[in-house]
Amino acid sequence: MSIEDKQLFTVSVYTENNIGLLNRISAIFQRRHINIESLNTSPSEIEGVSKFTIVVNITEVNMKKIIGQIEKQVEVIKAYYHKLDEIIYQIAGLFKIKSELLFEERQIQNIIKESNARIVTVNKEFFVLEKSGKKEEIVTLYNQLSPFGIMQYTRSGLIAVTKEEMKISSLLEAIKNN
Amino acid sequence: METQTIKSTQKSTKKTERISGSEAIVRCLIEEGVDILYGYPGGAIMPVYDELYKYQDKIHHVLTRHEQGATHAAQGYARISGKVGVAMATSGPGATNLITGIADAQIDSTPMVCITGQVSSHLLGSDAFQETDIVGISTPVTKWNCQVTKAEDIPSVIAKAFYIAKSGRPGPVLVDITKDAQFNEFDFSYEKCTQVRSYNPIPLTDIIDVEAAAKLINTAKKPLIVWGQGVILGKAEEQLKAVVEKAGIPAAWTILGASAIPTSHPLNVGMVGMHGNYAPNILTNECDVLIAIGMRFDDRVTGSLDTYAKQAKVIHFEIDPAEIDKNVKTDVAVLGDAKTSLELLLPLLDKNSHKEWHQQFKDLYQIEFDKVIKNDLYPTKEGLTMAEVLKEINIQSEGKAAIVSDVGQHQMIACRYADFNVSKSNITSGGLGTMGFGLPAAIGAKMAAPEREVVSISGDGGYQMTIQELGTIFQQKAAVKIVVLNNDFLGMVRQWQQLFFDKRYASTEMINPDFVKIAEGYYIKARKVTKREELAEAVEEMMKSKEAYFLEVCVEKEDNVFPMIPSGASVSDIRLE
Repeated sequence: MSIEDKQLFTVSVYTENNIGLLNRISAIFQRRHINIESLNTSPSEIEGVSKFTIVVNITEVNMKKIIGQIEKQVEVIKAYYHKLDEIIYQIAGLFKIKSELLFEERQIQNIIKESNARIVTVNKEFFVLEKSGKKEEIVTLYNQLSPFGIMQYTRSGLIAVTKEEMKISSLLEAIKNN
Repeated sequence: METQTIKSTQKSTKKTERISGSEAIVRCLIEEGVDILYGYPGGAIMPVYDELYKYQDKIHHVLTRHEQGATHAAQGYARISGKVGVAMATSGPGATNLITGIADAQIDSTPMVCITGQVSSHLLGSDAFQETDIVGISTPVTKWNCQVTKAEDIPSVIAKAFYIAKSGRPGPVLVDITKDAQFNEFDFSYEKCTQVRSYNPIPLTDIIDVEAAAKLINTAKKPLIVWGQGVILGKAEEQLKAVVEKAGIPAAWTILGASAIPTSHPLNVGMVGMHGNYAPNILTNECDVLIAIGMRFDDRVTGSLDTYAKQAKVIHFEIDPAEIDKNVKTDVAVLGDAKTSLELLLPLLDKNSHKEWHQQFKDLYQIEFDKVIKNDLYPTKEGLTMAEVLKEINIQSEGKAAIVSDVGQHQMIACRYADFNVSKSNITSGGLGTMGFGLPAAIGAKMAAPEREVVSISGDGGYQMTIQELGTIFQQKAAVKIVVLNNDFLGMVRQWQQLFFDKRYASTEMINPDFVKIAEGYYIKARKVTKREELAEAVEEMMKSKEAYFLEVCVEKEDNVFPMIPSGASVSDIRLE
C-alpha cells in the first residue's frame, strides 16, 4: 500500500473535555471533503482527558497533514493515527427482532449461537441481540437475520486500543513539570 | 460530553474585590495592557460599554462605523505594534460582522481578541432577539474561542484568550459573554495566563536539525532564502539579516514578510509569488537549496506545486508543525521560533558571498526593469501609473512610511514599489485577500503608532467597501493619509478578464461618486489629481499635512500588473507582459 493510496485509518485524539471541540475537529475533515466513517467520543485512561476515535478512508499523505492540523488545536493534547493492523478494535451492533420469530424460526437460535451474539433483553413483542466484533462479523449477522425481518438495526462507532504504548500520561506529566 | 468550560490551574495571591462581570471585562483588558480597543455597542454588550464609560481615562474605545471596521482596525493596530488587537461587538449581527476580520486575522496569523456580547444564558438556543451561535460560526476561523455564562469565569477566560492570541503562531480568539454573566457580581482577581496544558505554542528547536540545515547551506552553490511574516512575528529581523549577510545568500520575501529586511539591502532580491519579482521567481527553480523561514508556501507564492523548486533541497524553519510538508516536501525541517532557530544557525554558517549566483539575480532584475519597472515608474504615456504614486510617496516619506494597502492591483503595486525600510511597514490582507481591509486597518495602525507616517492605499473598489470608516478617522482625529488609486475598475478582476476571459468585463467597471466631496463631507482635507505635473506636489502636500488627508489619483484605466504567474502555472513561467 503506497502512501498515495486510500486506506482506513483510526485517529485517536486526546483532548481537554470541552464543548465545541468536536466541531473544531470535524471541521478539519469537512474542509478537505473527507467523510468520517465512524466517530466515538469517550473518557480516556487519564482522568479529565477525553478521547475521540475517528475512522476515515484517506491517503497516508493526507492523514499526516490532518494529524498536524488536529494537534494544532489549542485543546488537543495529542493525536495519533493507526492502520487497522496496528490496533485492537471492536464495533457493536444491536438488532431488534420480533419475539415470535425466536420461537417460530429455529434457525434464528442457531444463528445466535454460532455468531456468539448475546440476547440483551426479551419481552412479549421483541428481543434485542447484541454482537461485538469486526465490522464484517456484524454485517454477516445482519445478512443472516435480514430475511426474517429486523425491526431495528444500529451499529456503533469503532473503538480501539493500540498495540503500541500511547505515552499520553508521561506527556501530560512532562507538561505539568515544565 | 460533560460541560467544563475552563479549568483554572492558576493560583491567585491577589486580594479579591466584588464587582460585576462587565466591570471585570474592562479590568481584565486593562490588566492585559490594552490601551485602545475598537468596537460597536448594542443590546447584549451594553453593560460592558457602561463600564468603558467609567474607565475612559484608562482605556480608549474607538467607535468604528461597522463591526468589520473594528476588526480590521484591531488588526492594523496589532500588525504595526506586535501587540494584541482588541475588537468588541454585540451579539447577533454585531458578532457576525466580525467574522471577515477574524478570518483575515486567522489566515494572516494576527493576534486579536474579540469580545462579543451574547443573550442571557437562559435564552441560549431559543432563537432569542439578536441571538446567534457565534462560537459555532467562528470556530473554523479562530485559533480558540469560548462562551462564558458565569461571571466568575471571565478573568480566567480572558487571560487565556490573550495568552493564546499572542503566543506561538498568533491568531484571533473570540470570547462570547452572556448578558447575565456581565451583570452578575463575583469576587474579582486577575492573574495572567502563562500556560495551557494541552497547548505547546513554541516547539523545541532540535540542534540536530539546525546542524543539518547549516550543512546543506554551507555546501550550497545557489542558496535562496524566502522569508515570511514569521520573521516579523518572531522579532527575528536582526537574526535574519545576520544570517543573510554572513552566508551571502540572496533573500526574497513573501508579501507578509516584506520590510523585515529593508528594501534597500543589497541582498534583498525582492518579492516572490504571483506578482513578485522576476529574478526570485525564476531562480526558485534554479536554486540548489531553498531556505524557507517563517513562511507557509501559499499557492500564490508557489504557483504549481508540481514544478516548484523540484531541483532544490528544501529547508523549512517554522513554528507551526502543521505547516511542515503541508504544501512542499522538506528535506530538513527546523521547528521553533525564527529568532531562536536563526541564532543557533548563525555560528554554524560559513562566510560566503555567492557572487556569480547573485549576478544572476542582477541580470534578471535588469530584464524586469527594462520590460516592466521602467514603464511603471517612468512612463512615457499620458496616463498616470499606480507605481508613480508609490514612487512619490517613497520620496516624501524617505521610505519610512507604513503602507497599509487594500486588495487588488494597487496592493501588488504597493508591495512591489514601496520602499520598506522599517520593519512592520507593509500592512495588508495577504491570505484572505479582504477588500475593504485597508482604510480601517490604517486607522488602527496610526493609533497604535502615532509617531509613524501611515499611508492607506486603496483602489476605488475596496475603498468603497469600508468607506464609512472616514467617519472614524474624522471623529478620532486619526492623521491617516488616504490614497485612492482610481481606475474606475475592479482592476485586478478586469486584468484577469482581459487575459483569461477574452476581455469580457463582467461587472468590473465602476461608476464612481465624487470621492473628494465624500471626504470633505467628513471634514477631511481632500484633493484629486489627474495629471502627472500635479502629482509630486499633491503627494508632498498630503505627506506634510498634520491631519488626515485624502488624495484621489486618477490612473490609467486598463493598466495591468506584471510580472505575473498565471494561476496554476510554474513560478518559472512568470510572464513579463
